[in-house]
Amino acid sequence: MAECSVNLPCPKEPMIQTIHHVEYLLRLADSPLVLGQRLAEWCGQGPVLEEDLALTNVALDLIGQARLLLSHAGRVEGAGRDEDAFAFRRDSGEFRNFTMLELPNAGPDAGGAADADYAVAIVRNFLFSIYQVLQWQALANSADAELAAIAMKSVKESRYHAHHAAEWLIRLGDGTEDSHARTERALAGLWPYTAEFFAADALDCALAKARIGVDPSSLEASWRANVEEVLAEATLAAPAATRFRSTGRFGIHSEHLGFVLAEMQYLQRAYPGGQW
Amino acid sequence: MTATEWPLFEVFIRSKQGLDHKHCGSLHAVDAGMALRMARDVYTRRQEGVSIWVVPSNAITASDPDSKDEMFDPAADKIYRHPTFYKLPDEVDHM
Repeated sequence: MAECSVNLPCPKEPMIQTIHHVEYLLRLADSPLVLGQRLAEWCGQGPVLEEDLALTNVALDLIGQARLLLSHAGRVEGAGRDEDAFAFRRDSGEFRNFTMLELPNAGPDAGGAADADYAVAIVRNFLFSIYQVLQWQALANSADAELAAIAMKSVKESRYHAHHAAEWLIRLGDGTEDSHARTERALAGLWPYTAEFFAADALDCALAKARIGVDPSSLEASWRANVEEVLAEATLAAPAATRFRSTGRFGIHSEHLGFVLAEMQYLQRAYPGGQW
Repeated sequence: MTATEWPLFEVFIRSKQGLDHKHCGSLHAVDAGMALRMARDVYTRRQEGVSIWVVPSNAITASDPDSKDEMFDPAADKIYRHPTFYKLPDEVDHM
């Protein structure tokens, strides 16, 4: 995987160019955008009305975070691209979201026609929102003032998402035999994709040194501690580490992202620039 | 209520303007903690509130609609119970 240059040595005196700054912002923006789209698929399908609304609230928060970040990326880039241009007129190879977030709601190992699984929704939201809380906390001190402001606003939302998911994770894990088994299966399926959360490349490293970004690998210990605390309460255990590495954040995706984008981008692709 | 149905909670929301929590609806949840979170998601999505109370519906004792006449009608024709027949000093502006 020559393109993604994971774990290259960090340049001593990084020169941050606009292209790097924009790339970093897209890495932050695309994850909430894609998970927001996946969660939106739950609209009207939730297990109970109250949870249906809770999940779509989370989806709207995430899309809100993505909008702020994409708009900011457009201003930093200065090439006339707005949030819609980034969200609706990039192809999958240009997306920088974690692979975990594009996986179908039925889970990584289920077939395309399988039913959405609430255990997958909860486990995925849990693993990602704990990560987001730590990421936003670190970025609240970013030298990029706009990014710091977005982080300070978003951390409150992500804390709520983490609470919501953790509460359900405990109920499902420490619930019936069936709910425990299904949650365990979702956790086993999604866990290998969390390694990607902490894979830093030279660009992450340079942005962190310039105090604009955060080195993702610095978040791993806290993330693991937070996750394991809740897993223990849910009578679940963190699965063993695997050698599998997903690379969505470096632009190399699973086959699932194309389907997400086909639906999300349909209108702007069919009627470019359409407004209503 | 069937065995598989979650208990009902009544939801009260305090808006930014008022000091009182107003009843705004009800929802099903397994316990009060979950009811509080769900109330947040169901009833405060559009900035309706700054504080939430949830109360198990079966903890509320309500007056019987059938005894409405004897409960409330006797107050209808006692206008002397309203302080409208006093001469207020000018210093008292808002009563």
